[in-house]
Amino acid sequence: MQPRETPPAFDEMHAATGVRPAYAQIERWLAGTSPEALGLKRREAELLFRRLGITFAVYGEGGDPERLIPFDLIPRIIGRGEWDRLARGLEQRVRALNLFLQDVYGKREILRAGRIPEQLVLGNPVYRPIMEGFVPPAGVYTHVSGIDVVRTGPDEFHVLEDNCRTPSGVSYMLENREAMMRLFPELFTTHRIAPVGRYPEELLETLKAVAPRTCPADPRVVLLTPGAYNSAYYEHCFLADEMGVEAVEGADLFVRDDVVYMRTTTGPQRVDVIYRRIDDDYLDPEAFLPESMLGVAGLMRAYRAGNVALANAPGAGIADDKAIYPYVPEMVRFYLSEEPLLSNVPTYLCDREADRAYVLEHIHELVVKLTHGSGGYGMLIGPHSTKAQCEEFTARIKAKPAEYIAQPTLALSTVPTLVEAGIAPRHVDLRPFILTGKEVRIIPGGLTRVALRDGSLVVNSSQGGGTKDTWVLQDDPPAAGAAVPQDGRTPAATQSQSQRQGD
Amino acid sequence: MLSRTADSLFWLGRYTERAGNVARGLMVAARMAGLTHRDEEWRSLLVATGGETGFYAKHGEATRDAVLHYLILDADNPSGLLPSIEAARRNARQVRAALTVDMWEAINDTWNEARKMAPQALSSDGLAPFLDWVKARSLLFYGAAADTMLRDEAWRFTHLGTMLERGDNTARLLDVRHTLLAKQPDAEGSAIDYLQWQAVLRSVSAQRAYQWLYHARLQPHLVAELLILRPELPRSMIACYRRVESTLDMIASAAGGRRGECHRLAGEQHARLKFGRIEPILATGLHDFLTECIDRNVELGQQIARFYLTA
Repeated sequence: MQPRETPPAFDEMHAATGVRPAYAQIERWLAGTSPEALGLKRREAELLFRRLGITFAVYGEGGDPERLIPFDLIPRIIGRGEWDRLARGLEQRVRALNLFLQDVYGKREILRAGRIPEQLVLGNPVYRPIMEGFVPPAGVYTHVSGIDVVRTGPDEFHVLEDNCRTPSGVSYMLENREAMMRLFPELFTTHRIAPVGRYPEELLETLKAVAPRTCPADPRVVLLTPGAYNSAYYEHCFLADEMGVEAVEGADLFVRDDVVYMRTTTGPQRVDVIYRRIDDDYLDPEAFLPESMLGVAGLMRAYRAGNVALANAPGAGIADDKAIYPYVPEMVRFYLSEEPLLSNVPTYLCDREADRAYVLEHIHELVVKLTHGSGGYGMLIGPHSTKAQCEEFTARIKAKPAEYIAQPTLALSTVPTLVEAGIAPRHVDLRPFILTGKEVRIIPGGLTRVALRDGSLVVNSSQGGGTKDTWVLQDDPPAAGAAVPQDGRTPAATQSQSQRQGD
Repeated sequence: MLSRTADSLFWLGRYTERAGNVARGLMVAARMAGLTHRDEEWRSLLVATGGETGFYAKHGEATRDAVLHYLILDADNPSGLLPSIEAARRNARQVRAALTVDMWEAINDTWNEARKMAPQALSSDGLAPFLDWVKARSLLFYGAAADTMLRDEAWRFTHLGTMLERGDNTARLLDVRHTLLAKQPDAEGSAIDYLQWQAVLRSVSAQRAYQWLYHARLQPHLVAELLILRPELPRSMIACYRRVESTLDMIASAAGGRRGECHRLAGEQHARLKFGRIEPILATGLHDFLTECIDRNVELGQQIARFYLTA
């Protein structure tokens, strides 16, 4: 059976019978707000983001290197019940991914059981032999995971991809909420929205929980950033600031006798946990790319000696590789003896002959991606591509099949979005953030990315995507009914400053 | 604190102060050039900012337009106005976590606006409002730092940079006009001399201060004394070095008393000014005295870097 046409996208706000209960008050708010007022708020939001310096850096493309990710004012709302089901699925998935990492760098039971082809793991460039025969503190590899999900129906969430290396975007989740609270305080009195502001605290606790056993009672945590030219530099500083830890660069750290120190105005100070936002390849010139200027020589020695914790663990990328992705449901069954709560998107590995034949035949219906790529680059969306583009990808797949995977074009759900012509549905995805320390914690919310171009399915910020604040409601709203004020408080009478000069 | 963080804060302090000082210098030069119709004013400012060599490598004559372009826009001039704002903001961005929101917004807004305004700044109508604005922005940043920062190490390194730069700037401003200020007390100055003494005071916002302290008509040796030796004036050399010394002392005592050559040098420099008198300074030569101060200041900066910033 082959899909001939993309089915209509699931509209998160409107059901056939009317507006869904979770959006009832948003509908009233939109109806009561003029386009001019929204336009004004939009400019205010842009100014706010610009003033706070919430930018992401794009170098090498000309123009202003410090860009704003467009922020859409209309929130995306998820009901409590929907969220709880999704969260259970996320937790299950992340547990399985972590167990998979412990296994492939240890006993390799899943490979020996023949559930995943050995070559796909051991022959993979993101598999790191240096991690073999060594268990990181608390057995955790994926301290911070970003699992990208898309929605196709009322309770149909699919995982589009896992991010187990250094997933970014959480600062937008936090700042989008801040911006909404500043711009539309009245919406927060009529909705009970689960707060997201505790994320930095939870992250710090997660990081402290995986400190090496030998370290002092209060471990010193730092965030390791590649520096100001990295596209996520703002986020690095933001998180370090919120956690009250130093944001360090490679040159600020050094290793002596397998112990990591940072250079300070009062001399060297020992470091226990490193939340690193540098890719494996650049982490340690002794262990990985020798020409890396961003890392710390000897870091892996200190890590393997048990003197420092790294989050996420080097080599965690093998769990989120696109060639491994089709096997994640199998991991859930293998390690947890449970049925996966979240489904995958059907994926064709072009390296498998039958899959490749199918892909080449149906390329105009499929999304073709680079197995090891990210950021929405080097990707083909069949239904939106010209014949020439499809032919170009056909040739590329034939030349290097292992480098490509393909998936059916999903009808990503839509949420109303403020565009030039007014308010119109645009496709969205969702990246929730899952923290794994001694336990798994999930902040209710995430980063909603929205494809701002009409009909576009590409939500990446590097490709014209924007973001929305994501609201998880504290309680499921009644099926219908009027807005009930959440409590009876009245604003405290404002005090005047009674004393004046000359009194 | 990370050495790199301290380094960025120190230079953030220096560069914001520098941008303000260049604006002050330009305001006075523009005013003087308008009154005297001499391009010499523009050349003096080049010397004061240490940009003479760099300027003549590119330009033949120190005309108004060439100097303005070099001191405001030219990306190759590390002491230029726009490059200083850019460098300040770059350093601020490196250490955002150590800054207060007010400080960050002050410098970030300044940078965003200055980029837009600078191209119009060279026109005869645009110059004065632009320079006023830059001066106001540098006061705003300093105020934001003074009013919102915790009095911890981050504050101390920012303040240290600000004070070192300010003391250096005052010494350079004086040095450019040293012949004029070295005239005998009570010597009858020409109208142009008088304007120049006024200009020196104006560039450090001290015209009124002079009157309050001396209650006398402008006399060159008193102008020199005010700017070098009077601790009441916040931009005098002694006021700056007093704060350089005390800030370094506070940094040392918070770090368990660890001290180095920078502490000794700062103390010596402060003591020279504290116990100095203007007559012997003028008698042995104002230019020599100021040149030595400027040289020691450079050395002090290097010693601070060696001890704290690049450890």
